[in-house]
Amino acid sequence: MNPRPSPVLDALLPGVVRATLVLSLYLLFAGHNAPGGGFVGGLVGSVAFVLVYAARGGGAMRRAARFRPTTYLGAGIVVAGVTGTIPMLVGEAFLTGAKTTLDLPLIGTVQPTSALAFDIGVYLVVVGLVLAVLAAFPEEGPS
Amino acid sequence: MIVLLLAHFAAAALLPVLGPGRRSVAVAAAPPAASLAWLVTAAPDVLDGTPRDERWAWVPDLGIAVDLRLDATALLLGLLVTAIGVGVVLYSGRYLGATPAATRFLASLVAFAGSMLGLVLSDHLVTLYLFWELTTVTSYLLIGHDTRSPAALAAARQAALVTVMGGLAMLGGIVVLGAEAGTLRLSELTAAPPSGTATSVALVLILLGAVTKSAQFPFHAWLPGAMAAPTPASAYLHSATMVKAGIFLLLQLAPVAAAVGFWTPTVATLGTVTLFLGGWRALREHDLKRILAYGTLAQLGLLTLTAGVGTPAAVTAGLAMLLAHALFKAALFLVVGAVDAATGTRDVRRLAGLRHSMPALAAVAALAGASMAGIPPLLGFVAKESVLDALLASDPLLAWIVAAGSVLTVAYTGRVLAVFVGPPVDGVRPERGRRLAAVPALLAVAGIVLGVAPDLAKGLADPAGEAVTGVADAVKIVLWPGITPALGLSALSLALGAALVVSRRRVDRGLAALPRLPDAAAVFEGTVTGLLRLATRSTAVFQSGSLPVYLGVVLAAVLAVPGVALLGAFEVPDDAVAVEGWVQGSVLGLMAVSTLALLIARRRLAALLLLGAVGYGMAALFVIQGAPDLALTQLLIETVGLVVLAVVLYRMPLRFPGSSWRPARVVRAVLSVGVGVFVTAAILSAGSPSPVTDTSAAYLERSKPDAGGSNVVNVVLTDFRALDTFGEITVLTTAALGVVGLLAGLRERRR
Repeated sequence: MNPRPSPVLDALLPGVVRATLVLSLYLLFAGHNAPGGGFVGGLVGSVAFVLVYAARGGGAMRRAARFRPTTYLGAGIVVAGVTGTIPMLVGEAFLTGAKTTLDLPLIGTVQPTSALAFDIGVYLVVVGLVLAVLAAFPEEGPS
Repeated sequence: MIVLLLAHFAAAALLPVLGPGRRSVAVAAAPPAASLAWLVTAAPDVLDGTPRDERWAWVPDLGIAVDLRLDATALLLGLLVTAIGVGVVLYSGRYLGATPAATRFLASLVAFAGSMLGLVLSDHLVTLYLFWELTTVTSYLLIGHDTRSPAALAAARQAALVTVMGGLAMLGGIVVLGAEAGTLRLSELTAAPPSGTATSVALVLILLGAVTKSAQFPFHAWLPGAMAAPTPASAYLHSATMVKAGIFLLLQLAPVAAAVGFWTPTVATLGTVTLFLGGWRALREHDLKRILAYGTLAQLGLLTLTAGVGTPAAVTAGLAMLLAHALFKAALFLVVGAVDAATGTRDVRRLAGLRHSMPALAAVAALAGASMAGIPPLLGFVAKESVLDALLASDPLLAWIVAAGSVLTVAYTGRVLAVFVGPPVDGVRPERGRRLAAVPALLAVAGIVLGVAPDLAKGLADPAGEAVTGVADAVKIVLWPGITPALGLSALSLALGAALVVSRRRVDRGLAALPRLPDAAAVFEGTVTGLLRLATRSTAVFQSGSLPVYLGVVLAAVLAVPGVALLGAFEVPDDAVAVEGWVQGSVLGLMAVSTLALLIARRRLAALLLLGAVGYGMAALFVIQGAPDLALTQLLIETVGLVVLAVVLYRMPLRFPGSSWRPARVVRAVLSVGVGVFVTAAILSAGSPSPVTDTSAAYLERSKPDAGGSNVVNVVLTDFRALDTFGEITVLTTAALGVVGLLAGLRERRR
């Protein structure tokens, strides 16, 4: 999109994008106990793609995202929906939460919850939404 | 039960991965076959009057559960759905060959079988609605199977539009009925039927769903159109099972409807009109499938009529007729598929003498046709006798109507069977038809077995009727009733029908001389086009496309309604403080300066950045007040919003257009200041003295022990109110797809 890409932005881009994605995943996983969650994590994750879009244009963003925006959207809905449906198979209500405690070597005690799986769905939908909106704009410049 | 239902959908998901071949046919046939086996093992208990129940929690707070119940009615329908399902899958494997398209077809077919089985097993109206709409979706996929044929796609769209419209009305009826009766379980509703105006309204809405699904007048046009589907789908969905769903529901609701006075006349009238319309149009068609489709309309009309009468005798007789119709009509459709495969045409004017090349197929067709025409000793005769018997006992006029309809049935049966007699035609490749004869043969043989041994048919239909009405042995289901008025009516209609068959040529000429009625499909197309035109016109009036106008209308409405309401209630709480500390004050100052600068900005990008500054200031305020989650979200939304707007601005002129019309600017200024004052006043008035209410206290308390999270905001989103969040991400996805569609359309137009 940018006819004169900034060399500084271009050089820093790979590192910044990776750091942003890692931060977004941290926010996603930490969300249950600290500020963050699927929605916020998803927004940070999409900022990474927004950066690519601003620096190198829509084509580069599509390549960086690997999958089509609709794939992200569909996967998000399916992950959240399936997470919600699983409790029904053991006789609980739709979207009933569950949690467990694991002692992992090196990492320590963690407490994964089904809410995390649900949040991953939210994350994917948010990323898919931003990707879809950006990818939908035509490539050419001002008319 | 739920495992069997899920197996259908699992098989449907697995099939495209497996790819074409024998294996895929086996995978597609397995779930209905397993369900059939399970139904057969459960049958003795269920027929003795002990239904099987299964309950799975869904949304207990709303009183919604997946309630499944196998009673005798569900058993009868379930046997049809699974047995014909297995047959149709095996038939399709041969009919369509081993292509990827055939695998896609099988996947839709097995998904339909699961939906239909779920529908008949549902004891909860919300579950029933879910499966009901799933059958609509799979029916859409099957009708539009040939994605390259515009006619097939149009027919699929028409069928989906009509049945979804009815389904939505039905959902409204279900909600009203549930509120009125205090339960949504069918078994509880029929045990203690509610009454009153609300119940009547609910029943009318549900009736709308039933008549669209079962293609009753005036919603019948989609069914002949649905013949664009491959023949196995027509046999399975559009004659044997799905179109019976509406009748099944009407029969089930007969005890509830008994209290509503207008029910029987309305439903019986709809059924009667459809009966004659279908029989009449069947005589004017030349395509075998369309003849059968209009014949199906007529039979569905007959079934609707008996459901409308709703006496115990009529319900039981209707169920027997439903069984008979499913068997003979599915067999006939599959025979037509074989004829089509062998000759490459379905036009009765170009076909004759097929019994010479395909004698077995001709015998199957004769058996099934005789059952359709109501000739003894076939099940069609036995069932029609009991229908006439039941109607003579309550409404003799309706019995005469059914007999008159049967005359037309005999006449169009003659037309279908005519392709097998006479001198043979050229170009027949009988081996292609013969290999498709096995499944219809089984169905036709079932018709004669149940006819010769009517106790078997009675054994199924009688407990099924009893499960609905509570009355056993309500009607005779026998092969030889003795000399009765019903037998007289049957004989009369057979004789008149035979006369119509013999004088076929003269009837044809007479029909051709009559003016054609307006075609219902054309009426439907006209309605849709008219609606679209109305939408375009009203959009042109209400949607000017001017963003300032939209915003102005919204803001003016805010001032007019809540603004005026606030005038009387405004009060400033005593402990209100203008500014807390210098940090907050400086952020507020920054926001105020940015806002004022925004007013005089001439460049769009500058305005955007100033707007962003206001947003970031808001995020800073959230941080100061101790709401990190809100702040984080606000910050990110602001960032993403800025970038997306910048992308949009890239395509617009750098500066705002020069001085606009002066009065418009005055109006905008007044509106803006007014809304600003209103929002400030509203927030001041709403300032609650205690920030922690009961709800938030409960959430705070339960967060860690119940949901294992100490971030309450996130726990509320993903656990306590997860259903709301699920709704929201669904909305987000829909909006994203809308954006993609809109902008893709825009790009298309530019090219």
